[in-house]
Amino acid sequence: MFRLSCKLLSKVATSDGHGENSPYFDGWKAYESDPYHPINNPEGVIQMGLAENQLCFDVIQNWLMNNPKASICTPEGVDAFKEIAIFQDYHGLSEFREAVAKFMAKVRGNNVKFDPDRIVMSGGATGAHEMIAFCLADPGDAFLVPTPYYPAFDRDLKWRTGVQIIPVVCKSSNNFKVTREAIEGAYKGAEEANIRVQGLLITNPSNPLGTTLDRETLKSLVRFVNEKNIHLVCDEIYAATVFMSEPNYVSVAEIIEEEDIECNPDLIHIVYSLSKDMGFPGFRVGIVYSYNDRVMNCARKMSSFGLVSSQTQHMIASMLSDEEFVDKFITESKTRLAVRQQYFSMGLYDQVGIRCLKSNAGLFVWMDLRKLLKEQTFEDEMALWKVIIDEVRLNVSPGSSFHCSEPGWFRVCFANMDDKAMELALTRIRNFVLKNKDIALSLKKQCWHSSNLRLNLSSRNLSSRRMEEIMLVGMMSPHSPLPQSPLLQART
Amino acid sequence: MGFSNKNYQLLSKIATNDQHGENSPYFDGWKAYDRDPYHPTKNPQGVIQMGLAENQLCFDLVEEWIRNNPQVSICTSEGVDQFKDIAIYQDYHGLPEFRQAVAKFMGRVRDDRVTFDPDRIVMSGGATGANETMIFCLADPGDAFLVPSPYYPAFTRDLGWRTGVQLLPVDCDSSNKFKITKSALEVAYHKAQEANINIKGLIITNPSNPLGTTLDRETLIDLVTFINEKNIHLVCDEIYAATVFRSPRLVSIAQIIEEMDCNRDLIHIVYSLSKDMGFPGFRVGIVYSYNDAVVSCARKMSSFGLVSSQTQHSLASMLSDDEFIDKFLAESSKRLANRYNKFTKGLEQVGISCLNSNAGLFLWMDLHRLLKEETKESEMALWRIIIDEVKLNVSPGSSFHCLEPGWFRVCFANMDDDTVDIALKRIRAFVSRGKDVEAPTRNKPRRMNLRLSFNSRRFEESVMSPHSPIPLSPLVRAWT
Repeated sequence: MFRLSCKLLSKVATSDGHGENSPYFDGWKAYESDPYHPINNPEGVIQMGLAENQLCFDVIQNWLMNNPKASICTPEGVDAFKEIAIFQDYHGLSEFREAVAKFMAKVRGNNVKFDPDRIVMSGGATGAHEMIAFCLADPGDAFLVPTPYYPAFDRDLKWRTGVQIIPVVCKSSNNFKVTREAIEGAYKGAEEANIRVQGLLITNPSNPLGTTLDRETLKSLVRFVNEKNIHLVCDEIYAATVFMSEPNYVSVAEIIEEEDIECNPDLIHIVYSLSKDMGFPGFRVGIVYSYNDRVMNCARKMSSFGLVSSQTQHMIASMLSDEEFVDKFITESKTRLAVRQQYFSMGLYDQVGIRCLKSNAGLFVWMDLRKLLKEQTFEDEMALWKVIIDEVRLNVSPGSSFHCSEPGWFRVCFANMDDKAMELALTRIRNFVLKNKDIALSLKKQCWHSSNLRLNLSSRNLSSRRMEEIMLVGMMSPHSPLPQSPLLQART
Repeated sequence: MGFSNKNYQLLSKIATNDQHGENSPYFDGWKAYDRDPYHPTKNPQGVIQMGLAENQLCFDLVEEWIRNNPQVSICTSEGVDQFKDIAIYQDYHGLPEFRQAVAKFMGRVRDDRVTFDPDRIVMSGGATGANETMIFCLADPGDAFLVPSPYYPAFTRDLGWRTGVQLLPVDCDSSNKFKITKSALEVAYHKAQEANINIKGLIITNPSNPLGTTLDRETLIDLVTFINEKNIHLVCDEIYAATVFRSPRLVSIAQIIEEMDCNRDLIHIVYSLSKDMGFPGFRVGIVYSYNDAVVSCARKMSSFGLVSSQTQHSLASMLSDDEFIDKFLAESSKRLANRYNKFTKGLEQVGISCLNSNAGLFLWMDLHRLLKEETKESEMALWRIIIDEVKLNVSPGSSFHCLEPGWFRVCFANMDDDTVDIALKRIRAFVSRGKDVEAPTRNKPRRMNLRLSFNSRRFEESVMSPHSPIPLSPLVRAWT
């Protein structure tokens, strides 16, 4: 009787700005319709498209068992229930802010300090990015973002804010470094198109690359934003996933303290979260840390739209103020990530000659399958991706969904599964390549290592612990006391 | 390097405007309280907070339940095996058990006269986030929503700040107990049309904040008819649904649309556990729309303010315990009723009347007879006196955009019984202190002629109330 016209909804609601029509999500859907399970569905699709950190829950659970007061629902903690349940102050629990500030510093090797009063909450990093965009830009304004970048930035920065993203193209020829030239080019292009650039957004460590920005690049970015008087927003959500000691992680927080840099602190903002570093995406702990007082105050008012549940603030405060636990967790997490990354990337290389971008952080590898494309086009990339999902039965993420300018790259997550699933993933890749001679041939072409470095993993009889030790030593220090092992990568 | 002069342009328009609403007097009272908060032992002379609509009456029941239900937590030995699954759960659909429990609870709160579909339950960052999300889905910048006054002050921020949508008031006044009339709606609608403003919807709060009244069936039918005629949305904020403490029972929009012809694509409910359960800290906001496209869009937007999975898990457990919920709802109603009665009686004793209400966590107190002039300025002056001399933080009606000066919202459910007594005592003491300078010369002060003197101002005499057992007090207003 009553017909609803589309005009009844807002433009925001009827647009595509939610970004869910991106291929990034198609892989998820394939996985969801046929998810791998070791017992219930061993042939199912293995999820390697989700950047989650599931490696250290045993450490956390152990801590929880010994610290019942962290919860307001335990007999030991319930006396705090009422006080916490009614606490809705958008400043957040002071113990929460202090604990987060301390954690952020530890994650950066205590090379910098963070002020608890600058900690502002948000609905996860998702909410943090949107909030920052609302504070810094008007509809039609733009942010420069180096490619490849996290697909959901298109939603978080743009959807409800009306802000645009202008990509800064980075190339594999220099390992996707962000060059001054590329940024200048993008900025100039915006000026010519009469688009007001309000800031530059970088993710450090990078998603999807898994690399950290070197000190010189960071300095040059800081100089650039100061010259142009635009903002620098640094998403440091993967800060604690840096699993190599070299290159070490440098946060923007350190750079702005350096003597040879003149920086207006009002331009500098950090987005953070516990989703990756702690592995708690469900708890929606997003943080906006701005060095600009006005932005901080505005963001704090906006945080009402996405405060962290006081129940969660209370638990996190408890957990992160236990310094011994935090130190142990950070170390253990890095170790396990290192082992995982090495095992997977070396497995890929040694078994089937697939290379990944050299990385020192993140929960994924940036896998190079360019040699497998018939033509270097995105159509071919999509076709290859379909094959990976349908035949190899792995959900990985195609580079195009990250706005990568070169076809053939895929992000493969490795920290959201157990060892068995990881082994299975490698096995499936190996079997697939063996079955497809033309693929094997293409991959052989790109392999330059001499054959005595190849491992035939099926005949390997090293205990996994020994293997871990070797890998770890090899990565952490170039001066390993152990004799040369085929598992050691030469690292300078 | 001259940084500072360019800094202003560095921020967005949204960041530099006033639409966050914090310059409203609503917040000034909070600040006065924050500086000098009452505490029974540490600061017994401090300001008592009666400006915060919180429900603190039933925490004993909740705590007892928690002690008996260790599985509610992912941090107990009984629950820790689920920790990982919950910690990594970020699906914006929300835990199915959470949605089911909330849907069931919402039905229960409406006496099971309606059922709610768990698949329409969409999360948000509290009701604050829910209201904003609704507007983002339904309106473009520059569009407008009608809202009956008086209304919750933070609507300005929630509905308009980042969305760019305007709020146009629908005037309601005490001549008919602030009911929303068809003519008031039409007047507001036509005024907007003449100004070329595109109205996208009407937002109502039922039970009302600040009035504490529920909408009667006829009014609801009128509203639904109105929005269907104009083809605009109806957003119903039912956040106080379970605070109804006496008849009439709540009639929810969910019931009305079952009873009449209505385009359901226009009907949306905003809900939260902040008032009904007393959990504002947990940020449990709900968007419930009968429009599939809105459900889908709101769900995508919920990524900006999902409920912590830890909290979803705890509440799923709590809200699905039927026995506990029944007991909680009954007891909460009873305690609210007791509080309401105690307060209204106490106020009546000193000649202060309130709007007759059946819900909410507050009273809508009528002090217009105490105003020097029927102006907002006089109201603000009276309010400052209430804060500075009576030492109570109450909320002036102007902060709720009430057209008539002299009304104040007074919250009563966020304190213990002793504090209630002290608040009433302070009011009583203040009223009796307000005797005229001439009064001491009379041997038998006749209350009929009593005038109240605030800072040597004189106030008009009031009229005898036909219902008060107490002889005339200047604070009594005739109320039919």
